Parts: sequence; C-alpha cells; structure tokens
Amino acid sequence: MSLLEVTDLKVSFNTSDGVVQAVRGMTFSIDRGKTLGIVGESGSGKSVSTQTLMGLTPGAKVSGQALFEGQDLLSMTPDQLRRIRGPQISMIFQDPLSSLHPLYKVGWQIVEMIRAHEPNVSKADARKRAVELLGMVGIPQPDRRVDDYPHQFSGGMRQRAMIAMALALNPKLIIADEPTTALDATVQAQILDLMLRLQREFDTALIMITHDLGVIADLADDVLVMYAGKPVEQTDRRSLYYRSHHPYSAGLLRSIPSGAGGRGGRLIPIPGQPPSLISPPSGCSFHPRCPYVMDTCRVDEPPLREVAAGHGSACWLPKDALGLGPEAEQLRESAVAEGRTEVGA
Amino acid sequence: MSEDVLVKVEGAYKHFPIKQGIIFKHEVARVHAVDGVDLEVRRGETLGIVGESGCGKSTLARCITGLHPLTKGRILFEGKEVGPTPDKAFRREVQMIFQDPYGSLNPRRRVGSIIGDPFDIHGIADGAERKRRVQELMELVGLNPEHYNRFPAEFSGGQRQRIGVARALALKPKLIVCDEPVSALDVSIQAQVINLLKDLQDELGLTYIFIAHDLSVVEYVSDRVAVMYLGKVTENAEAEELYAKPRHPYTNALLSAASVADPDEAEKRERIILTGDVPSPINPPPACRFHPRCPKAQAICSTEEPPLVPREGDLPDHLTACHFPVQLGEHLTQARAGIAQESTEPTLGVSE
Repeated sequence: MSLLEVTDLKVSFNTSDGVVQAVRGMTFSIDRGKTLGIVGESGSGKSVSTQTLMGLTPGAKVSGQALFEGQDLLSMTPDQLRRIRGPQISMIFQDPLSSLHPLYKVGWQIVEMIRAHEPNVSKADARKRAVELLGMVGIPQPDRRVDDYPHQFSGGMRQRAMIAMALALNPKLIIADEPTTALDATVQAQILDLMLRLQREFDTALIMITHDLGVIADLADDVLVMYAGKPVEQTDRRSLYYRSHHPYSAGLLRSIPSGAGGRGGRLIPIPGQPPSLISPPSGCSFHPRCPYVMDTCRVDEPPLREVAAGHGSACWLPKDALGLGPEAEQLRESAVAEGRTEVGA
Repeated sequence: MSEDVLVKVEGAYKHFPIKQGIIFKHEVARVHAVDGVDLEVRRGETLGIVGESGCGKSTLARCITGLHPLTKGRILFEGKEVGPTPDKAFRREVQMIFQDPYGSLNPRRRVGSIIGDPFDIHGIADGAERKRRVQELMELVGLNPEHYNRFPAEFSGGQRQRIGVARALALKPKLIVCDEPVSALDVSIQAQVINLLKDLQDELGLTYIFIAHDLSVVEYVSDRVAVMYLGKVTENAEAEELYAKPRHPYTNALLSAASVADPDEAEKRERIILTGDVPSPINPPPACRFHPRCPKAQAICSTEEPPLVPREGDLPDHLTACHFPVQLGEHLTQARAGIAQESTEPTLGVSE
C-alpha cells in the first residue's frame, strides 16, 4: 500500500468573479522513501492541491479522497488533522522569512513545535533536540545559534531552520512547496543536497512542488506535470525528459535554454497564455495553445491513459509518439493530418 | 577595436552610507555595492552580468543608466563621460527594462499613455502622431494595437513585460539595460520574451546589458558574460568560452550549482557545494572577496588582491581575478571544512 493515495481530488473557490476550479481532478500516490515532483506554472493548482490535503485552504469546496496510511485526510476534523500535521506530514514553504515568527527565537519555535505534539518532553530535552536538529541541517555552532532570532539568519540558514523544524518529529511525508525558489543558485544547491541526504537517512517520502524542471531532473523519482488544475502527464523522471508524450511537457522542455530547445538553437515558446480557471476551455484544456490540436481535442477531454508502462498522459495523440525525436514527430503529424478537418483553426 | 566600444566603465565604485542618529545623522558603515569595476560593452553585443543577490549587479546597471551617481570612477558612453546628472541626450540613448512587470507600470494609467510618455518628455511627438507611433511600437513587440486604451491590470505578466519593452524602445535607444527581465515570468512565457528581445536586437541593432541570476538564460542570450561577486567582477569572457572553460573557482561553483533540465547530465555532474553564504557587503573580506568560501584559497588570497587579467593559456579577452585559476578537468568538490565553519557568519539583511 502506498503511503499517500489521492483519488480524484477537486478543489474550487467561490470568488466575486465566479467559481475558480483550482484543482479539477487529480489522482496520484507516493510510496515511503520516494520523491514525487509536481511541476507546473503559476495557477496550475500544484500548491493548492497539497495545501488542501493538509487542511490549509479554508473556504474551499473539496471533493475526492486522500488516504494517508488508510485514513482519509479530507474527511478528518480539524483536531484530527492537527495531530497529523507535524508528526506525520510536515511542510516546507517557499519563503523562509515569512514562515518563521519574527519575534520568537528560532530555537523556541522548534521547541514549541516538539512540545505541542509531545507534551511529556521537558523543555530542556526539547531544547537539546532543537540544537541537535540545527546541527544536523548544517547550522554552525547550533548551541549558540539556537537563541538567535530569524532576522539574524541568512536566507539559506532560515530555510535550513525550516527543514530542521519539518524533521523535528520525524514525519513520514514532507511536502516541500518551492523550497529553493527564493534562494541563490549556490545556496539552492546546498539545500537540495541537504534535503536528499536527510531523506535517505530518515526514509521520508517527499513531495517536491516546483516550477523548475532543473530541480526535478536532480532529485525526483516520479513526476506529475500539472496544467490548468489537472495532471497532464505522470511518469518517472527519465521518461519525462527523454520520452515525454504530452505536448505541454514537450513545450516546457523546448522553452528553457538548458533543455531540449536551447544550446545554440532558438527557443520554442508555447504560444498564448494559461487559461482562466473560472471558465476552462472545452475538451482538452491545452488545446488553444497546442500545435497538434485535432478536432476531438476541442470537444472531448482526454483521460489520463497509459502510453507506456507506468507512464500516463492525457492526450489524444498516438500512444507511441514519445519523445522529441523525428520519428515521434512524424507519428504526431500524420495523426494531426487525419484528425483535423478545419484548416488553420 | 576601441571605436566600437559603446560603454566603458572605469574603476567604478558605488557605496551606500548607513546612517544613524536622530538629528545629527552620521555615517556608521557603508554598503560596498559596487567596489571597483572595469567593464566594456561593445556596440551590438549583449553583455550578460551574473551573480547572486547582493553582488551589486543591479546597482552597477543603475549606475550605467545614470540612476545612481557613482561614488568614484567614471562611465564613458560613446567616449564621452556621463556626469552625475546625465543630460536628456544621454537619457534618450540609454533605456531600462525592469524585473517586475507588475511594479514597474502605473496601474492607473492607460497602456498608450505609459508607452507614449517618452515622446512627451522629450517633446518628440504628440496628438495623432504620438498615437500612431505608440501603436507601431505595440505591434513591434507583439501586442494588439487596439489595446491602446487598456489598463495594465488587463494584461498578463508576459504582456506587461512587452509593454515595458515597448516603452524602452520608444526613443530608439542605443543601449538597453535589462535587469532580470524574465525572472518573474513562467517558463513558457519566458521563452516568448527572450525571443522577442533577440529579434529586436537583430532588427534594430541594439546593445544589451542583460542581468540575470539564471545562468542558462544568460548563456543563451549573451555574447560576453561578466561574473560578479560582492561588488567585483571575478571573471569576464566570451559566453561560450566562460561556460566551457571557467577559470575562477566561483564561476566553477556557480555553474556546477545551476540546475540542468536533463537527468543524465545532472547525474554525471560533480556539484561543488560551497559552504556558507555570501558575506555581507558592509564588511567584505579583504583582498580576494571569495577566499573565505574558496576551495583553493591559500595565504596570499587573504592578503593580496588578484587583478582581473588574462591568465596563462587563455584568450586575451578572457579575464580572471584569481591567483590560482582552475585548470580544465581539475576537481574542486572538496571544500575545506575548517574554513567553512567560520565563514557562516550571519549576513546582515542588506545582502538579501
């Protein structure tokens, strides 16, 4: 059994402009000790989905099921959820400055977290553990730095402190929401390195939410590509980079300079804008921007179907059109020629 | 050679005073944002400037556009010195594109009036002529000219960045300084704006100074690249040369830290994990700024500053400021543990 199994998760918000369907049916699972990368652009629903699992989206309309060790997170009372958040599942957020309280010492914040969930631990013991944790995440002189305020830490150190806090109760799953986006390149490398090492040491499962395909290439086992609130491709890391099926994944890879399109050639951007989630397009939500759009794409929404073993893609193109090579391109083009009646639409 | 140099920066220093006191303010310290920079930008080329936050790349860009007067040193534009308050003629030639497409456009003004502002300020066109030229510009950057009367809020991030580009192009400048022009955009939109900037350069013969922290974007757009660390240029070379044969240990670390969207390459690559953070620019380390974090540092690095000159075996325009430049194939992965410990002093908020 997987550690976490999410089935058909849907999240929507009522706003003055209408109902925003932020997540429109998401199914995934993650095993112990594995890393799942969720990639997508802003507004694709990648953060909202995981925040909903943790009960952090008040006011949202939620449906679906999320079994964590057999218990449904979505039907829990706030009290039950509180007992899961921290000891079982913990989160690391993007901005380490606003996720630490500025008026309390870093050590105090870790101690509070430990004692809130384990009231029998004495203050002195909790503090000892806080020092240990800070040392483990690579903060020099942790016995002294434990009494510092967050503003006395640099950006990288704050993110380390957040990781220490996330690890404090030895959770089974860590959800990291863009943990390195706010950091510089050399510090980002330090933090990713640290997270990987600690993950192996503690056998924690990790959900890594990011917009950076480079981060995913470094550390994810499996990848979920999100577009307009839905997963469009779900596969292991290698297949995503070398044998991607969905035109959106391929488009992302072609539009970054360090990916398939760069290195001398011209970047191939995806034309147009991501759609509005208040009134998503008919059929496949990617069809207005897709170079391979066929007639069916405008009407019928493609399900996430298996195109190879363990590789799902929500696209009507032939299953064997994998990767960016010329053969796959030919398969796609002949499919498009057959499936398109209107010209140039 | 010297005649095609458009901008020349000579020994530029920019220090910001930190003042204390309520009535009698006195200077207690200085942020050494730009601390002795020499650079040349040639006509028609793109100079990329990379570095981590707090390295002074944005301050340098602002000095070049005349938004900040220099503390010391001088900037020559087409051979003429740019004074502390540049004249209108200079301002016509040099324009800037900013990072944040949300913060850099006035939300209460219509797009047409934002893009047309330079025509008013410089008394170039008004009335119907102004409108015609604004719409021409909108078309040039890929916006629908009919959206002339819309407000910035009605555009997406990528479109707003195009508005910023149109405004910068209005006066047909020679130099455009792009300060992180694509970092706030999503990847699929990023490529659209990068392609636009490249096309405009080919069409209008523009010169760019392109500042970014994303190394792969800089490699893609730049002819030459300067790497900055704590207010100084540490390495300066042709883009291909710099990425293929980085000599400065910091450049090596930076390149190895950048993420590559290719799992095979990511696995092959040896990451140089630097210890600690960038020190505070208020009190930068003496001599070579990088020595406390450098895996190759020796005694001389903390006493004698290495000059920015071509090193042995390099092309004459590949400049490196290092006493012990890295050889091709050398392994830098082992940082010295002892030095790492003391260098993790907290950086004061300024470097964030």
